[in-house]
Order: sequence, then C-alpha cells, then structure tokens
Amino acid sequence: MTLIVIAIVAIIILFVFFAYNSMVSARVRISEASSQIDVQLKRRTDLIPNLVETVKGYAKHEKDVFENVTKARASLMSADTTKAKAQANDFLSNTLKSLFAVAENYPDLKASQNFMELQEELSDTENKIAYSRQFYNSNVLDYNTKLQTVPTNFIANIFHFQPAEFFAANDKDKEPVKVSF
Amino acid sequence: MALFILFAWTVAYVLGRATGYGPSIGLGIFIFSIIYSFVSYFYSDKIVLATSGAQQIQKKDNPELFRIVENLAMGDGIPMPKVYIVDDPSPNAFATGRDPKHASVAATTGILERLNKSELEGVLAHELSHVKNYDTRLMAITAVLVGFISLITNMFMNALWWGGFRDDNERDSRVQGIYFAVAIIFAILAPIIASLIQLAISRKRELLADASGALLTRYPEGLANALEKISSDPRPLRTANTATAHLFIVNPFKGNGFGSWVSNLFSTHPPIEERIKILRSM
Repeated sequence: MTLIVIAIVAIIILFVFFAYNSMVSARVRISEASSQIDVQLKRRTDLIPNLVETVKGYAKHEKDVFENVTKARASLMSADTTKAKAQANDFLSNTLKSLFAVAENYPDLKASQNFMELQEELSDTENKIAYSRQFYNSNVLDYNTKLQTVPTNFIANIFHFQPAEFFAANDKDKEPVKVSF
Repeated sequence: MALFILFAWTVAYVLGRATGYGPSIGLGIFIFSIIYSFVSYFYSDKIVLATSGAQQIQKKDNPELFRIVENLAMGDGIPMPKVYIVDDPSPNAFATGRDPKHASVAATTGILERLNKSELEGVLAHELSHVKNYDTRLMAITAVLVGFISLITNMFMNALWWGGFRDDNERDSRVQGIYFAVAIIFAILAPIIASLIQLAISRKRELLADASGALLTRYPEGLANALEKISSDPRPLRTANTATAHLFIVNPFKGNGFGSWVSNLFSTHPPIEERIKILRSM
C-alpha cells in the first residue's frame, strides 16, 4: 500500500518538475524573442538620421515631414514596455510613409544611390521587425496557452506566472496618415 | 515511427528464435547498425553538399537569397543556416543538417531564375522547416532500422543456405518449425516492407514541412504557386541520386515511366497536385 502512495507522490512531483520547467523555458524564450525585436528596432532607428539627412539634401523645405519623423524616432527610442514599443513602431512607420510619399516629388533624390540603398536597408529592417514580431508573438501564444490550459495552469497559479503581452498596438491609437503636397 | 520500431523488433525476434540463436544476436546487429549510421549521420550534410556540387555563398554574392533565408530563420527563431547555390538549370532546393545549429540550405540556379520572391520564400520556408523539425535526424534513424532489417534478413538467408543453425534445447520442435516458416516469409518481405514504411514516413514529413513552411510565411499560396511552376518544368536534376532524393523539395527524378500507383508508392514525396490542393485549402 505504501508503495502505491510513494509512486503517486513521485508522479506528482515529476509532473510539477516538468510543468514548471516548461513554463520557465517558455518565459525565457519570450524575453529572448523580445530582445531580438529590440535589436531590429534599434537598427531601424539607427538608419533614420542618415535617411533624413539624405532627403534634406534634396528637399529642404519639407520641414513638417522631417519633424514628424524625428519625433516618432525619439518616441520609439524612449519606449520601454512592449505596448509602447509597438505603438511607437507603428507611428514611425506612418511618418516614414509620408516621407517616402514626399520623396516621390524629387526625381534627383529618387535616383541617388545613397537614397536607394537606404530605402533597401530600411525595407529589409522592416521585414526583419515583422519576422521577429511573428516569432515573439508565437512564443507568447505558447506561454499564454500553457498558463490557461489544464494541467499546467495549476502550476502557473501556484507559482504566480503572469501572462505576457502580444506585440501589437491598439487600433484606436494608430495615427492616421496625412499626406499633403 | 513506433510501429516501425516494433516491426523491426518483431522481425529480429522471429528470426532469432527461428535460427535458434535467440534474440541476443539481433541486439548485436542493432548496435552495429547504430554505430554505422551515427558516423554517416554526422557527415551526411557534407556528403550531400559535395555530391550535388553546391557552392557556399555569402551575403554579397546573392543578397536577395541571403536576406530571405536570414529573415525566415529569424521568424522561426533558429540560427542562420549556411547558404549554398547549385549550378543546375532544373528548379529545385534542399536543406540538410542534423540540427538547426549545423544546417545548410541550397537552391539551384534554375529555381532562382524562375521563381519570384514570395514563391522563393515559400520554398525556402519549407526547407527550413525540414531543419527545424529535425527531419534529417528522423530519416537517419529510419535508415538505421531499414539497414538493420536488411542485415538481419540477410544473415538469416545465409544461415539457411550454409546451414548455420544451432541445435538447442527447444523442447517443442513444432514451435521452432512455426517460427521457421514465419521467418522465411519475413525474410523475403521484410526489406520491401521496411522500404515502403520509410518512404511513407518521408512523405508524411514532406507534408509536415509544407504546413510548417506555410505557418512561417503566413502565405501558403506562395509555395503552391512555386510547386506549380516547378512541376511544369520537365528537366530532371543532373546530380540527383536515390540516396538524396528525399531531401529535395520535389522529386528530382521526373518521368519514371512506372504505373502511377506504383511510382507513388515508391516516391519519397507526395504527389504535387495533392500538396498544392492541401496548401490552397489552408
């Protein structure tokens, strides 16, 4: 009889062991994915000053556009929570759309080697941000699912695991793009 | 997979009992097969890359291909694999490597010319999924099992021919007789059955790689279009051989001339129409 009790206790302990470890691994993967996103966001903010200077060289008078881009960049660099980063990232994308729309008016600018390279780099960085977001979100999905499904949710409650945030901005907070020539 | 292992063990046990040597010799041969396959497993990627004539490239040699692979690896959270190009007009691609840390991905010049960016992404996502799902490791294990079954049936047939049976204390000689009969049937059929199972596993993993790739790109139509384009090209791959056929994205042997049911049974890949249908239904 005692053998059965010991076996049951052992099974329970093993289960707690494995479940706890899987939750911790999922959480660590999320923070790794998050720093991946940060690396790409930093790449993007690093490319911006160069881009602004290049465009200024050909289109000095478009002050509003430059101001918006610089403001957006500053807000992205100072963002600390996941939601703030997502919002700032989207805001920056919108201001950049205006910048590139304005650049359409200046054929010399469009043809310049510097501008084309920067455009390509920026576009690649945006792809990379998209993919690292995807990876981050799939890890968050995995972790949050573990948090809520039986049987791992028992472990989650006992050890106070908190749900993680998806990398997404709220729809109503996105700035509409105002393109004016 | 588990059924395959069970099958292999059953064959070994029956043959062991039939020859009177007992199941222990089965274990010995099993261990030998494992060691043999371990070595080939660790060097398999180098062998495959060498026999296909692949050239490694850096970012500056083909930035578009490099960037696509880089971004897809980031989306899957695996380290960036080495990128190779094979100079061959037939459109095809493969991935090899025992785990994501030691992975390589190759594409032919034919495929790079013919596909647009989203189709190429679909193909490369499929290849990277093979790496992520540890398919090389899985196929190496099945190769061990197939080899083991072949070895053991071979030994049995040899024993039959040269009379290597041992007189032992098997009390009921009728039981031994039954084992003997079943063993002969197994010896003839087992290698074929093993190969068929191996091919079935390969086909299932191909469908899994299609699905994982579509999950990665969130755009199954890309791979579907790519498969359509590739299947319309009649040229077979110059450097393909049966050992590496299962690695490629489509069967590198085209125009077999078999009856289509038979060639499907012996194919390492599911039929392209089925793959396209599944992708488009996602």
